[in-house]
Amino acid sequence: MSDHEYTPSSKFGKWFNDRLPLLSLVNHLTDYPTPKNLNYWWTFGGILTFCLITQIVTGLVLAMHYIAHVDHAFSSVEHIMRDVNYGWLLRYVHANGASMFFLAVYIHIFRALFYGSYKAPREIIWIIGIIIYLLMMAAAFMGYVLPWGQMSFWGATVITNLFSAIPLVGESITTWLWGGYSVDNPTLTRFFTLHYLLPFLILGLVVLHIWALHVPGNNNPVGIDIKKPSKDTVPFHPYIVIKDAFALLMFLIIFAMFVFYSPNVLGHADNYIEANPLVTPAHIVPEWYLLPFYAILRSVPDKLMGVIAMLSAILILAALPWLDTSKIRSAVFRPLYKQFYWILVADVLILGYVGAMPAEGLYLLIARIGTIYYFAHFLIILPVLGLKEKTLPLPLSITEPVLGGSPNLAAARDKTEKIG
Amino acid sequence: MSDNNDKKKTERRDFLFTATAAAGVVGVGAAIWPVVDQMNPDASVKALASTEVDISSVQPGQSLTVLWRGKPVFIKRRTDQEIQKAREVSLGDLKHPEKDEDRVKKPEWLVMLGVCTHLGCVPLTDKGDYDGWFCPCHGSHYDTSGRIRKGPAPTNMEVPKYEFVNNNTIKIG
Repeated sequence: MSDHEYTPSSKFGKWFNDRLPLLSLVNHLTDYPTPKNLNYWWTFGGILTFCLITQIVTGLVLAMHYIAHVDHAFSSVEHIMRDVNYGWLLRYVHANGASMFFLAVYIHIFRALFYGSYKAPREIIWIIGIIIYLLMMAAAFMGYVLPWGQMSFWGATVITNLFSAIPLVGESITTWLWGGYSVDNPTLTRFFTLHYLLPFLILGLVVLHIWALHVPGNNNPVGIDIKKPSKDTVPFHPYIVIKDAFALLMFLIIFAMFVFYSPNVLGHADNYIEANPLVTPAHIVPEWYLLPFYAILRSVPDKLMGVIAMLSAILILAALPWLDTSKIRSAVFRPLYKQFYWILVADVLILGYVGAMPAEGLYLLIARIGTIYYFAHFLIILPVLGLKEKTLPLPLSITEPVLGGSPNLAAARDKTEKIG
Repeated sequence: MSDNNDKKKTERRDFLFTATAAAGVVGVGAAIWPVVDQMNPDASVKALASTEVDISSVQPGQSLTVLWRGKPVFIKRRTDQEIQKAREVSLGDLKHPEKDEDRVKKPEWLVMLGVCTHLGCVPLTDKGDYDGWFCPCHGSHYDTSGRIRKGPAPTNMEVPKYEFVNNNTIKIG
């Protein structure tokens, strides 16, 4: 794992480490050479780990009070809010924590898109990340069903009905998912079980994600390969640990603002009405973090094609390392890609907005244009751009642009060799 | 390629490998099936398969919604005007062509699952462009026979198995 041999200083440490090299692992993690130019967009990996741990801890204690039964689920959540000591705090942290988790993951994903972190040799890190993202959406969706409010029930109905679009076996799959002929008690109990399981699967994948990251090491804002360890790197501890901790503190201020001042602003008022299978709320919307995909689903007038478009919108990301034909990683040196990147950001935000609006008239038109552009970005713009774009010259090292490298490449190479 | 490779004889060991693998696959499949099938509707869910409804108090133009297998069932006593409207439509105008006559047992009584065939919401009664039902979730319009006329839903609202026990009672399921 580590590039260099590590020997613990104490005798017991050595004895232990020879039998289980846990101390070598700790040493690898603290000494891990990190590019010295990482900016604050790189702190979201640590923030996400914090979010996952928060969700697991608060979820664990909420499960001690929650009852997964259609007759008791809604009232047990109110019991948590009113009777359980600090129950209100734990539930609001858990509910808003899900939103914070997605906020952080979207920044993390768009950072990777900007700096080309998904490109060789980091494809596996990226694909594991996409799987984590899919599991996060599944966990969040099932968690939203548990309070058994109107949005829980009808959100579950709409999403599970997506499977009925599958030709021939769709109906049987939906019945199997429900454990009945509609969303009911069997559905609630199995969603609770899976909602409990998924975070631990995510935790396992996070370990693989970090393991895969530690093989090539971090990408960096310049996007060039660097020698490790060298003048271009700093040890993870204390440099990155302190920077991550500071960013986490800033993030926690925003987190706390939601939890303590507007704990329900990201939720939906209809979910404080108990589930009623006879009445559909006038306007069903998913949680904000799923809205762009909901807009894509609704923009297609055909049921099966709508479901396929929505799933493709997520799965297309897994093919991104091969769709982007450019060898240059960072958008800093890709003037055209940089513009298309920001158009994509705007496109996703617009899709999110129209996803929250009724699917009619102008909103529907905008959703359709937004959907077409989303797919065009990945399937047309990126492959062509990599072949046509005139990129800017790359620096030879991270240190070079900082120290004002010579335009003479040979001289610059000399200098890096001296530094390295 | 040499003849030796092509004529590699099947040995007893190859047979054992294949047999072991085949038995393993069957065994694993048999072990997994109960774990998968337990998620299908259980005996207590299936036991609630039918329900009887008293319809004596429903006046023409009114409708009744009852719960059957966890899903709403619309029982609508249609007016002559509504029946006429449903029967005037030519089949060519329908996305999912079905005659109104085939969707009802008595023209006055329309019995169907109150579940939008798009993604399962409950449509609103006496709403929409065709004065039948309108689904607020994704904007599907149904006519007075519960047939899809406009919007993303692929098929007409489903007619469940039902029968008239007597003039005042319907048995669904």
